Amino acid sequence: MSEKRYRILIGKPGLDGHDRGAKCIARALRDAGFEVVYTGIRRTPEEIAVAAIQEDVDAVGLSSLSGAHMELFPEVVRSLQKHDASDIPVIGGGVIPEEDMDALHEHGVKQVFTPGTPMEEIVETFRALCEKEPHA
Amino acid sequence: MPDLEAIIHGLGRREPRSIARAISLVEDGEDGADRLLSSLDTEAIDRCMVVGITGAPGAGKSTLTDKLVAHCREKGKRVGVVAIDPSSPISGGAIHGDRIRMMQHAMDRDVVVRSMATRGRLGGLCASAGAAVRIMASAGCDPVVIETVGVGQSEMDIIRIADVTALVSAPGLGDDIQALKAGLLEVADIMVVNKADKPGAEMLALELREVARSKSREVLMTVAATGEGVDTLLDSMQAVFDEHRRSGESARRRRESREMEVVDWSLEMLRPFIRRLGRFDQTEEVGDPRIRARRIVDKLLQSVSDRDLGEG
Repeated sequence: MSEKRYRILIGKPGLDGHDRGAKCIARALRDAGFEVVYTGIRRTPEEIAVAAIQEDVDAVGLSSLSGAHMELFPEVVRSLQKHDASDIPVIGGGVIPEEDMDALHEHGVKQVFTPGTPMEEIVETFRALCEKEPHA
Repeated sequence: MPDLEAIIHGLGRREPRSIARAISLVEDGEDGADRLLSSLDTEAIDRCMVVGITGAPGAGKSTLTDKLVAHCREKGKRVGVVAIDPSSPISGGAIHGDRIRMMQHAMDRDVVVRSMATRGRLGGLCASAGAAVRIMASAGCDPVVIETVGVGQSEMDIIRIADVTALVSAPGLGDDIQALKAGLLEVADIMVVNKADKPGAEMLALELREVARSKSREVLMTVAATGEGVDTLLDSMQAVFDEHRRSGESARRRRESREMEVVDWSLEMLRPFIRRLGRFDQTEEVGDPRIRARRIVDKLLQSVSDRDLGEG
C-alpha cells in the first residue's frame, strides 16, 4: 500500500555538545529519503536505546567527538540487547582513532565513520543496513 | 515480517516494542494491519481523551506537550504522544526533533512517544495517525496527544482526530493573527498564548480574546518553558472534553473523523490500482491528465456492479 520508508535514529550520547556533525548526517539522510529522529545532545545510552525502540527505527547512528566512544557506543548496543532489540544495527561516527575500530566492531558497532568520509558512503551504509535487516 | 501474533500479544501487555511495531505495521501498510487493528481494545479507545496541540512553528508546541505529559504523569496517567512533522516534498525524507524537548520522559515506560511524517500523502496520513492514536489508547494511554504544526491542509485534517484541540501561539513570531488562518481558529477549542512572559503577550491575548469571544472559547496564558499555566490548560482540556461528552459533541466529532479516515484509507488502498491502470493507459494514448484520470476511474467503476453503488 503506502511505500515503506526507512527510519533512523541519530543520537548523541555523553557530555559533548557539538552536534553539527550529527545534524549534518541527519539532513543528508533526510535528503536521501530517510525519516530521521534526532534525540538532541547529552543523552544516556539507555535513553537512546529506549527511544530507538519506541520509534521502531531500522538503524541507530551515534555521534561522539569527546573521546568517550569506547564506553558510550558499546553501551548503546548493550542497552538494545537488554531490551530484546539487538536486531537494530548501530553505526558510530566522530573523532575515533584507527586503533579503536576493531574493538568497537567486536562490541557490535556495525560500522564506524571518521571525519572526511564521503556523505554518499554514509548514506549508502545506512541504506544497506536497513535493507539487510528489515525488522518491522 | 515480524510475528503478528507476538505483536498483538505484546500490545496487550503494553510492551514498548510491540506498540512501536504495531504502529509501523499500519503506517507501512503491511499485511496483518487489519488483523491487528481488529484486536484493539475498543472500550479503552472510547474512553481515551485525544488532545490536539497545533500552532505556528516556534510557538512552543513540543515544550508545551512535554509539560502536559509531566502533569499527566504526576496524576499517575499513562500518556501517548504522536508528533507529526512534514516530509520533504523533494526527497520524501523527514527530520523529527520533537523528542529533543521530551527526553525527560525517555526512561518512563508510561510515556509512549512516536514521531510520524506526513509522507506527502493527501489521504492516508490522517488514517495512519488515527490508527497510531488508537493503538496507544488500546495500550492504556489516556490521554493521547497529537502534536502538529498548524500549517497546511493535511496537518489541519489530522488535528480533527482530536477530541480537544489547543491552538498555540506566541508573541514575537511576526504576523501573529495572520498566521492563524480561519480554519485553524475554527478547529480550536482552547487558544493558548505561550511565552506569556515575553513582551507582546498581553496584546496577542487581547486580539485572540476578541476572536474567541464570538465562539465562546477560552484564551489561556502559559510559559511552557517553566510550566506556568500548564496545569490550568490541562484542567480546561478535561473540562471541554467532559462537556463534549455530555453534549454529544464528542461522539459527533469522532463519527466525523472516522468517516474522514474511511475515505482516506480507501483512497490509500486504491492508489496502487490507479497507478497500475495509469501506466497501462499511458501506453494507449497521451491526453490531458484529467481526461486520463476520468478513464481510469471509469475503468475501476466498471468492475463495481450498479446494485452495489445504488445501495451506497
